[in-house]
Amino acid sequence: MHLLTADTAMAAEWADRRAQIDADGLAQMATEVRRSVVTMVDRAGLGHIGGDLSVTDILVTLFGAVLDVDPTDPSRDDRDRFILSKGHCAGALYATLASCGFFSRDELETFMAPLSALNGHPNRTKVPGVETNTGPLGHGFPVGVGCALAARLRGLTYRTFVVMGDGELQEGSNWEAAMTAAHYDLDNLTAIVDRNRLQQGATTADTKELEPLPDKWAAFGFEVRVIDGHDYTQLLEAFQPSTTGRPVAVIANTIKGKGVSFMEDRVEWHHNVPSPEQVQIALQELQS
Amino acid sequence: MIFPLASDAQTYDCRKAFADTLIELARTDERIVAVCNDSVGSSNLVGFRQEFPDRLINVGIAEQDLVGVGAGLANGGLIPFVSAAAPFLTGRALEQIKADVAYSDTHVILCGQSPGVAYGELGPTHHSIEDLSWTRAIDNLNVLVPADPTQTRAAVRWAVENPGPLYLRVPRFKVPEVTPENAPLQPGQAVLVTDGDDVTIVAVGTMVSRALEAAEKLRGDGISARVLNMPFVDPLDEATVLQAARETRGIVTVEEAITTGGLGAAVAGLVAQHQPVAMRILGITGFAHTGDAGYLLDHFGLTPDGIASAAHELA
Repeated sequence: MHLLTADTAMAAEWADRRAQIDADGLAQMATEVRRSVVTMVDRAGLGHIGGDLSVTDILVTLFGAVLDVDPTDPSRDDRDRFILSKGHCAGALYATLASCGFFSRDELETFMAPLSALNGHPNRTKVPGVETNTGPLGHGFPVGVGCALAARLRGLTYRTFVVMGDGELQEGSNWEAAMTAAHYDLDNLTAIVDRNRLQQGATTADTKELEPLPDKWAAFGFEVRVIDGHDYTQLLEAFQPSTTGRPVAVIANTIKGKGVSFMEDRVEWHHNVPSPEQVQIALQELQS
Repeated sequence: MIFPLASDAQTYDCRKAFADTLIELARTDERIVAVCNDSVGSSNLVGFRQEFPDRLINVGIAEQDLVGVGAGLANGGLIPFVSAAAPFLTGRALEQIKADVAYSDTHVILCGQSPGVAYGELGPTHHSIEDLSWTRAIDNLNVLVPADPTQTRAAVRWAVENPGPLYLRVPRFKVPEVTPENAPLQPGQAVLVTDGDDVTIVAVGTMVSRALEAAEKLRGDGISARVLNMPFVDPLDEATVLQAARETRGIVTVEEAITTGGLGAAVAGLVAQHQPVAMRILGITGFAHTGDAGYLLDHFGLTPDGIASAAHELA
């Protein structure tokens, strides 16, 4: 295995693109990421394609327009922190990071292949741009709270964003962390829920009801923003800093499998792998 | 090198050495923070809080959050001492220790307080006898168990100076000093407490002073016992263990922990493959009866007499 390093040409291109990005630009980047995800899952014969496609617009908006990060200096002390707590959607994260030049797009071809740095769940020691190793659910948010606390203690202005799946909120550790974030008034922290309403085997409602979800976050002391998680204008607005001195919870209503008609809102596409014919249909549908 | 124990030797709770050293280092290194789970008192962090109120983070009774927050603080450039009663730190947050600390390779110092049977009468829910087995099974996690206040001070300093995941088991059951002031403390390096060539006793933490007393008793019986203090249960000092296996007739291991998976298992796994030798593994053998810590250590034979008796069988 070799260490991944920045694709400096791609990083420069991303920086130029980012300087003038708008909703159309984000949409184009999202399509590129979704096409990469379909191709990666096809090649690997594995992956969590439904959640990858639901979280894509969140990731693209963050990396395309919000996060203060530098792909050529991914460990910069005062970088914004981004944590994908729903680590099983590593495919979408890798495609997004490659789009920004954190590493070469060619590396995406190794997704989940033997000795690849691109494991089925993200690894910070192998992949630049990854802050903590996630995979088991309910881990990313407490770590994000720690990142935000460190900024506070050190007088740094970086922000921390954590994306969680909605099913993941059934893990109690998230609510422990929410209490800590509110107790310390971490207004530099944004929790984002990819609210696609499906988990591995069924709807969240049938598995263990999460609603009233906005009320729960509000009761835990968060400034709550409920948005359409595929609307870039709403995403950009939702990722603005806190206005209340409290941590922010963004409940991004999304569609699992977004962008591929036969996958959308279908529970079986949590981790189904498309047939060659389905891959072709998906790629046809995913056109800029 | 012999450090004989006076029968009236003064004994110490190592938590004070832990807390005093932490405060001392924090005065000059502002990266150091303490994180606890409503355990300010039991982790002996009252003084730290008085001196550095902003650098004592109390996440409340929430161990998963505790360890995750610690990993995040390390990500943010700080050096967190994540401190909690050992049974809850390691049991409740084991997956966080694995994923957020060890696998993520973060500089988090996990401080297991009141380990072993220190909580005595409170019972097996509060005993931390499994922690050495659990932490030793996790890759990229050093496991450090000081034997006395001197080694505890050295351990805290080592933890700050050496970035990487660490489980630091802080003894509570009172022990006498057995470590010379300038004894080295390095991963994979045992401390020879007393030399001998009939039998070897490998001890850790609160058991080191008892092993030394056992060696004194054995000497009276004409048996020359080598005593090794093994502060790093992981990584083990393999060379020194194998040397003992070659040079003495048997190895007794002794730890304030369950006998399945800790120091004894580590030594047995090593010698079984490379230098088979007769062994006795002393420790806690199961959920304990009600009783104070001293009673329980006696009950499980973790006494100078119990250790000497096991050594007799091999010598």
